[in-house]
Amino acid sequence: MNSNWEIVIGLEIHAQLATKSKIFSGASTAYGGEPNTQACLVDLGYPGTLPVLNQQAIEMAIRFGLAVDAEISSRSVFARKNYFYPDLPKGYQISQLDLPIVVGGNMSILDGDGNEKIIGITRAHLEEDAGKSVHEGLDGLSGIDLNRAGTPLLEIVSEPEMSSAREAVAYMRKIHSIVRYLEISDGNMQEGSFRCDANVSIKRFDQKELGTRAELKNLNSFKFIEKAINHEVMRQIEIIEDGGEVKQETRLYDSDLDETRPMRSKEEANDYRYFPDPDLLPVIIDETYIADIKKTLPELPNAKQQRFIETYNLKVSDAQILTTTKQLADFYEAVEKIANTESQISANWVIGDYTAALNRDDLEIKDAKLSAADLAGLLNKIADQTISGKIAKEVFEAMWDGEGSAEEIIESKGLVQITDDSEIETIIDQVIENNPSQLAEYLSGKDRLFGFFVGQVMKETKGKANPQKVNEILKNKLT
Amino acid sequence: MSLNKEQIKYLAILSRMDIQDSEIKDVVDKLSRIVEFVDQLQAVSTEGTEPMAHPLEQGQRLRIDKVTEDNQREKIQLNANETNNGMYLVPKVID
Repeated sequence: MNSNWEIVIGLEIHAQLATKSKIFSGASTAYGGEPNTQACLVDLGYPGTLPVLNQQAIEMAIRFGLAVDAEISSRSVFARKNYFYPDLPKGYQISQLDLPIVVGGNMSILDGDGNEKIIGITRAHLEEDAGKSVHEGLDGLSGIDLNRAGTPLLEIVSEPEMSSAREAVAYMRKIHSIVRYLEISDGNMQEGSFRCDANVSIKRFDQKELGTRAELKNLNSFKFIEKAINHEVMRQIEIIEDGGEVKQETRLYDSDLDETRPMRSKEEANDYRYFPDPDLLPVIIDETYIADIKKTLPELPNAKQQRFIETYNLKVSDAQILTTTKQLADFYEAVEKIANTESQISANWVIGDYTAALNRDDLEIKDAKLSAADLAGLLNKIADQTISGKIAKEVFEAMWDGEGSAEEIIESKGLVQITDDSEIETIIDQVIENNPSQLAEYLSGKDRLFGFFVGQVMKETKGKANPQKVNEILKNKLT
Repeated sequence: MSLNKEQIKYLAILSRMDIQDSEIKDVVDKLSRIVEFVDQLQAVSTEGTEPMAHPLEQGQRLRIDKVTEDNQREKIQLNANETNNGMYLVPKVID
């Protein structure tokens, strides 16, 4: 569909910073409180109150800037962005315009062909969030909850350098992963802690200047971003190919209908008359402070991924999955340290059965009963041939349900692998004797019946026979 | 620089001010005079001068990240026209 068209996407990501108190007041930022119980006089814009900047918000913004190789402004300024909406009591949002705290930076992603691509970051600035409006069930009125008003946000603005919806999602996932590694945002998209607006335009391949862009608002899931952008691109192509012109406007994505529609002009104000906020002095940041923060940065996803590939000899795709979150990476390394299995086998278990169980029960790593040591214990039972990989899956499920350690479960369920040659031999003899017709067919050249015999032995031993030994002995017997 | 009627009407919308047609001429005159007064500043050369964000020559003091405010909703909402389950009620903003 896009053969004649180049797609140009820029993202503005809003990450809610994980401070305890608001950016300019001492009210709590905890999620889910009763309406307006966490909105103090500063948040409500009462006359006579003054904003006082939260040091933690500054530190978190600097952490982000350092993590994406940006420049940290030695002097940055807060400005008022003026517009009227009931969830913004002051009539302006305190934000940053000319002198944001973070300038420049870049982020590497994998493009559609799996090649590394660098996406430029224009800037990241601090601002306060607005409140929330509720429009349903209030007799034709709107209800306003200002608990969220004044919550610190870091708005991360990218260069228009992504050329497909998939790249946009890859970039957003990367930023998501980084803010969580840095522990500056919980990244919870359902609760709105991490959301984005996308600027989308198209142009012909030979065209120099950018096309007119539409801004898609408040995309709060990776799936919706991809769908919304793809939908918007199709819409713009259709308009231009029909001889029309794309209008510069703000559009909302409707996930129920899978379409974007323009926001009504009433919801849109685009003349914000910014000016420096006289209530706040410029923020001065010195080099020592930045250097001190730099020392506290954790190993970031890209570096960790590279180390995993080099140290543990993992497949690139597996190293990438394991380093998506710090929690999963730490879990893997904890397993790897204790387990005597090959690193790749340990990785397969963490990415496979373990992650599947987490997803199935909708659990975070910290809430799961099965610890890294538990899982390593299970892997060691495979390594020392107490059980086969297949039986291990059964033991894993029992461990997941809290039935005990690998050792206890193997013991109580009698799952110890049969490795004794003579014992296996006896069972094999019995199986051969019980299946004379299959034996005849096999001997007359039906090779694939070998699997049948293996299956019968496994059935006889309830999967406990050592598979290598069964293969070996069976081969001898059948020739 | 003087302002025209259209600019005043636009500013009135942005700043949510209800300016009657009968008042517009008066507002145009008065605001234009203020703007002209400010125009004098344009005569000063500011080349090589860093824009000033605040007249005080010092940096912002920062707060430790600590919750210091407790719930004052009951008291604060005595000032509200109308509330429902703790929410402030306002005329409906969207359809």
